[in-house]
This record gives sequence, structure tokens and C-alpha cells, in this order.
Amino acid sequence: MSVDAATVRRIAHLARIAVAEQEVPHLQGELNAMLAFVEQLGEVAVEGVEPMTSVTPMEMKKRHDVVDDGGIADEVVANAPETQDHFFLVPKVVE
Amino acid sequence: MTDLTSLTIAEARSGLAKKTFTALELTDAHLKAMEDARVLNAYVLETPDHARAMAREADTKIAKGEGGPLAGIPLGIKDLFATRDVRTTACSKILGNFLPPYESTVTSQLWRDGAVMLGKLNNDEFAMGSSNETSCFGSVVNPWRREGSATALVPGGSSGGSASAVAASLCMGATATDTGGSIRQPAAFTATVGIKPTYGRCSRWGIVAFASSLDQAGPIARTVRDTAILMRSMAGHDPKDTTSVDRAVPDYEAVVGKSVKGMKIGIPREYRLDGMSAEIEKLWSEGASWLKAAGAELVEVSLPHTKYALPAYYIVAPAEASSNLARYDGVRYGLRVPGRSIGEMYENTRAEGFGPEVRRRIMIGTYVLSAGYYDAYYLRAQKVRTLIKKDFEDCFARGVHAILTPATPSAAFGIGEKGGVDPVEMYLNDIFTVTVNMAGLPGIAVPAGKDSQGLPLGLQLIGRPFDEETLFSLGEVVEQAAGRFTPSRWW
Repeated sequence: MSVDAATVRRIAHLARIAVAEQEVPHLQGELNAMLAFVEQLGEVAVEGVEPMTSVTPMEMKKRHDVVDDGGIADEVVANAPETQDHFFLVPKVVE
Repeated sequence: MTDLTSLTIAEARSGLAKKTFTALELTDAHLKAMEDARVLNAYVLETPDHARAMAREADTKIAKGEGGPLAGIPLGIKDLFATRDVRTTACSKILGNFLPPYESTVTSQLWRDGAVMLGKLNNDEFAMGSSNETSCFGSVVNPWRREGSATALVPGGSSGGSASAVAASLCMGATATDTGGSIRQPAAFTATVGIKPTYGRCSRWGIVAFASSLDQAGPIARTVRDTAILMRSMAGHDPKDTTSVDRAVPDYEAVVGKSVKGMKIGIPREYRLDGMSAEIEKLWSEGASWLKAAGAELVEVSLPHTKYALPAYYIVAPAEASSNLARYDGVRYGLRVPGRSIGEMYENTRAEGFGPEVRRRIMIGTYVLSAGYYDAYYLRAQKVRTLIKKDFEDCFARGVHAILTPATPSAAFGIGEKGGVDPVEMYLNDIFTVTVNMAGLPGIAVPAGKDSQGLPLGLQLIGRPFDEETLFSLGEVVEQAAGRFTPSRWW
């Protein structure tokens, strides 16, 4: 399988990465090189094989449903580009 | 007095205990070495004040007889590990001047045991790369050069800063991470020792995520013994990482030098690639003969799905990366590039913040997970991964204790030499290491010789799950037979 220019633009949008029109052919070439490389997986007989979901067979540990951390709003927002009263600020989303 | 930076961790530990020198003297010697070697670009942030404060504290504790197992040992920290109030960037523009309000579990355990942080080490952006050329801080230079040449070579990647700093004695050991070979390949390129532990052995909490089902932290140091010392402090269960394993951490150092007599060592025939260089071939058979001479038994084994590991990796890892890196949206931390709408702000931020390799991998990952392609790519790759793991399980079930392979298909190459046109050319560097991540196994790279141009080459030993101890014992045999390799100083 290979991707065309329209697909490259669609993937870029899904990934929320702005791609300038002049970058599309170059990206298309790179993505197609990678897709050509992974094409060989088609040779492997995978019928009846379980897909891997956990590389180390183990039961996930659960913790008690209690609050054991918190009250650190200052730290939570400390690295944010824009905040107000412990809220993250973003461009207006509702008119 | 001998140059303190030339000591191993084990030697420094005994010198500190005997009061031959202080932790502050040891740290100062390394800070000086670090300053003198800025041309290598191994450190992206030097933290001398922090280091001296930690060294003084170590001296106080040592004086009271309360020094931990790493008291006063100066280390470098890969910039993928969150360090409290010390800038952590994953060498990406998108994290900007991120100051973590928390400490990664692995580094907190190193400080608990008395280690000293000299600074943060360069790596490929988000650990995506095999040459350390994708870092937003620029390439790292390998302290090794070809004989009679001044061409700057890569140290490998993604833990290129760690490997370069350890090889050039700019720290006694370093933290590193390995998703497809990022500890073992740079270790092989710089004549250092690096181990990727079993998946789950070290906590991933506080380490910038790349591909969560493959990422593992591990140490790089100059000897097998030193990596064993560091491993003991880095490993262990952490309730904050549900994939970390609740198993006691063995005294890894105790098995360094233990007999390997009677161990069965597998030599996988699929690792004998077409067109493999005669030098790599020779190194591999030499390694096998050293283990045999130490009493191990060599057996030929087959890992039939080996050739599919790298293509499967380039589906699984980008898929996980595209999901993990969705968090960089310009809202909660890091870079923000304005836009007319929130969507445009996301797109502008991510276009500006991610470098070309990261962008490429996010896009491939997004594609293979998108509607209509998931089964053909991602699901198939996860099935292939099951088969790769089964290859190893079958091999271990036949009584094989460990598997010996070359660490890399070649020695270090020049900066700018590879991957310019076809990204796959760079990816092939990890052909011998990536299977280990896909199967979640431990693997160690140990320096084993030099190529005809005088550049170091390494061997890899792959172990059973949670049997890092066997790798340390076997690694020591290789180190004793091959000797140690130190670059001659030109910087």
C-alpha cells in the first residue's frame, strides 16, 4: 500500500500537525518508504495467532480507591503557557 | 594523584570509603572534564552547583558511615528522565523549558543511594533515532575517531549523550533508555557497557514516554561490574507504574565473575545476515570461543521470525508514539504557537515543536491506527510480535540460558552519513537489538573488539526474562577476554 498526497494531508490533520503544501511530496516519499519496508509483514502466516497485548504476562496491580495525592494546583499549572486562577487558558472554543 | 575521572565506579567507591579522596574532589574532577569536552555536545544542561551540593551531602554521610551504595558517584542523566526543578526536554523544542515538579522513580532511587547528578545528557528527540542527530540541541560527537582521521562520528542513539559522556569519562555512569536498541547500539559504538533490562524491571514513571510497551530504562557504564552496580539502584517495583514488576532486586554485582561453566549459549542462525561484514563475523565467533573457553556450551538455535522484527517495530513503536505524543498540545506545558482557533493552535504548535523524525513517526503511527488500516498494519504487527516472542520462548525451553549475537551491523558512522534520503537506512542499525524489545527480554552490549579502522565493536547477550544476572556473568567473561577500550583524547 502507498499513500497519495491527499492521504498525507488527511494524516497530518488527524495528527494535528500543520503541513505546508510544499512539504507534502517530500513527506509522501518518506511515508511510502516506510510503508514499503513494513510490506514484508504480509508474508507472515498469522492465522490463529493472538495479537500481543502485554509482553510480560502479569496481572495489573490495583490500588485502593482513595485520594493519596493532590492539593498541588500551583505545581500542576506551573509549566503552562497561559493560565488564570489555576485554569489552563486556550483560544475561545464556544461563540 | 591519579586522574579521578579514569576510575571505575567500583574503584571510586573503594577510594571514597578509604578516604583517599572526597566525593567533592571526585565531582569537581568530572565537572572539569565536562567543561573541557563541550565540543562533544554530550551534555545539554550542566548542573555544577547541584552536583557540588549533592557531593558535599555525600561526604557528610560517608563521614558518618551512612553513605549509600552509590554515595558520591557522579552520574549523567539522559534528558528523557524528569528531574525535579531541573530542565527536562527530551531534546525536543516542544517541551521548551519544562521544569518538572517531580522526579522520575529511577533517578530518585539513584539519589536515595547517594549518587550525584552532573547534568542532563543529549539524546535523539523523544529517543527517536539511532545516531543522536535528531536532537534539537544538535548532534553528539563520538569520542572515538577512525585511525588517522578527524571526521566526526556519531555515538549512536538514542542515548548518544550517555554513551559519549561515559566513554569520554565525563561521568562515571549514565542513565539511558532503550526502545529498539537505544542503550545497546550507542554502547557498542563507544566501547561502553549498556544493559536493557527485562520489560517491567525498572519503573517508567517520570520518563518521557515514546512507545510504552517497549521503553525500558537501564544504565551505561565503562565496565560490566559498574553497570551491575547501577542496575541494582535503578531497578525495583514502583506502585506508580502498573507495568513495573513486584520482584525482589538481586545483588547483580555478586554474580559478576561467577562461573558460566555448563551454561548453554544459543547462536541464532538468522542473525548471520547476507552481506555481513567479515569483521562482525569474526567478532561474533571470537566471542563464542571466549564463552566456550570459560566452560559454556554453544548450540545453534533458530529464531525464524527475526527478519520481521524491525518492520513490526516500525508499526508498533510509531503507533504508540502517535498516541503518547498527543499530549503535546500547547495547553499544559511546553511550546505554544498561537492560531486563530484552538485547532489551528494545536497544529501550529506541533508543526513548530516536533522535528522531522518525530513528525514522520507520529504520522506513520496515525496512519496505521486510522480507520480501515488498523487490521492490516497494527493488528498484524502485534500478531507478528507474539511470534517473535514465541521464537525466544521455544529457544529458552530447550535449555538455552542466553543468546549471543553481534550488537550492531557496523561500527560508528560519520555525522550526516546515513538516513538522509531513505529513513529505513538508519533504522537498519537496530536490526540485532530490536527483537529483544519486541519480546520484552533483557539484553546487554559489551565491548568486544575493534574494526580495521580502529573503531569499537560490541557483542550482545540476550537473556531469559528477569535473568539479568546471567547476562552480567557472561558479560564479564567477554570483558575479561576482550579487555577494555578507551578512546585517545583529542578534545
